[in-house]
Amino acid sequence: MFIKRPADIKYSEVTPESLYHNRREFLRTATATLGVAAVGTILPGCVNAATSEPVQAKPKGPYDTTEKVTPFEDITSYNNFYEFGTDKGDPAVNSKNFKPANPWMVSVEGMVKKPMKWSLTDLIKGIPVEDRIYRMRCVEAWSMVIPWNGVPLAEVIKRLEPTPAAKYIVFKTLNDPNQLPGQRDRFLLNWPYTEGLRLDEAMNPLALMATGIYGKPLPNQDGAPWRLVTPWKYGFKGCKTIATIIFTDKQPLTAWMEASPREYGFYANVNPEVDHPRWSQKTERRIGEFFRRPTLPFNGYADQVAKLYTGLDLRKNF
Amino acid sequence: MPKFNRWWILKPLVFLLCLCPMALLVWNAFNGGLSPNPIDDITDTTGDWTLRFLMITLAITPLRRLTGWTSLTRFRRMLGLFCFFHGFLHFTTYVWLDHYFDLRTMVEDVAKRPYITLGFTGFVLMIPLAVTSTKKWIGRLGGKRWQKLHRLIYVTATFGVIHYLWLVKLDIRRPLAYGAILAVLMAFRGWNIVMARKEKERAYHLT
Repeated sequence: MFIKRPADIKYSEVTPESLYHNRREFLRTATATLGVAAVGTILPGCVNAATSEPVQAKPKGPYDTTEKVTPFEDITSYNNFYEFGTDKGDPAVNSKNFKPANPWMVSVEGMVKKPMKWSLTDLIKGIPVEDRIYRMRCVEAWSMVIPWNGVPLAEVIKRLEPTPAAKYIVFKTLNDPNQLPGQRDRFLLNWPYTEGLRLDEAMNPLALMATGIYGKPLPNQDGAPWRLVTPWKYGFKGCKTIATIIFTDKQPLTAWMEASPREYGFYANVNPEVDHPRWSQKTERRIGEFFRRPTLPFNGYADQVAKLYTGLDLRKNF
Repeated sequence: MPKFNRWWILKPLVFLLCLCPMALLVWNAFNGGLSPNPIDDITDTTGDWTLRFLMITLAITPLRRLTGWTSLTRFRRMLGLFCFFHGFLHFTTYVWLDHYFDLRTMVEDVAKRPYITLGFTGFVLMIPLAVTSTKKWIGRLGGKRWQKLHRLIYVTATFGVIHYLWLVKLDIRRPLAYGAILAVLMAFRGWNIVMARKEKERAYHLT
């Protein structure tokens, strides 16, 4: 594997494999809880404690959350990755035979000093791989806590040297219907999947190019060999299996904006005050928990990113 | 007497068959067969089967007419009650598992989200049908009025399909398939009404 991690940090130390758990336990407990709750003798607070494993992630960096991490098994069996099917269980099954090319080539285009094809290895060589335990809030109102490994996007951008005119960065998934069978379905999105960030958003230290989770190479269903992670935005911003990076001065049309402009905007910042036209974004269900929990502005990362949006009407720019 | 025996076996058999989807769901729930988001799975499965049973129930009359197998009607009430059963489970999942009786968010949902408004209305409309499904009630209401009341099932089925159509994120092919099936089943009824009217006219002219 081309993904080299610093040897001193082992995620297996933080979260033992024993946390592979608890779906069965979950329902059993939930059912028991319901029975008890039905006669009204239980406090809601007890239930969360009962349904969850006593796994506590140790924060390593300033951006890490101390919330319980979601089990590896759940992160890799519940995915929105339409290139491998539209049901959330599909990607784990349909991506089994996907073998990311080695070297993985990334075409860097547009307003950069030198547009060219990079191998991923060269592109991130020398940038220390960091561990980041981030919340991930899906636009569908569920969430996870994911221990990513990856390189800060800012470092990659510095290496690519965009010209002063560049205002946006665009990401595109590999365009190959043979390897990504979902792309044969023209009825879904306009392939390849396209996402983008304003350049100042992309330079924010939270923005990560993930190459792994739990200290293991990024599984196919999570966007192997590398993907974008922007934890203050809804999960769909995190373009997977990236093969193209473009720098431009125009706000790009992203895949979901194109599919449904009324429902998905360019910014897609997590915002409990702005509902999806068809469902509320006020609460979310953390995978592995029974009760919904309130959704936080910018998914709890307001201190780091709110300043990016001063003066911007977040209702209009949803 | 042999006829009695046949029904004695067939009806419980169909009944057990109708219980299979939920039995499978429960089995999966306790054996790790659901996704990491089991509440979503339960919502989807109960919703799917409500729609499926609505389609099956509405197919009974056309099938009977086409095949001439009149005894199909004997299963209609049971199948109709299974629509209600699955609709009730779907509704309960929403109220109990999904929102845990949080009245405020649910009221907001029903008022603000058209797909929930429709789904909720469709379910509520099934309640009088379930209540009046007994022989006693047919007698009490009179056949004609009872039949009229039970045409509400067409509204529930239509609302159910639109409810599904409005809630999917992107790929509307599955709800459209349900819509197509429903359209065929309703077209058959429309066609029958037209034919019956013509028949009546002809009979009138003959006398």
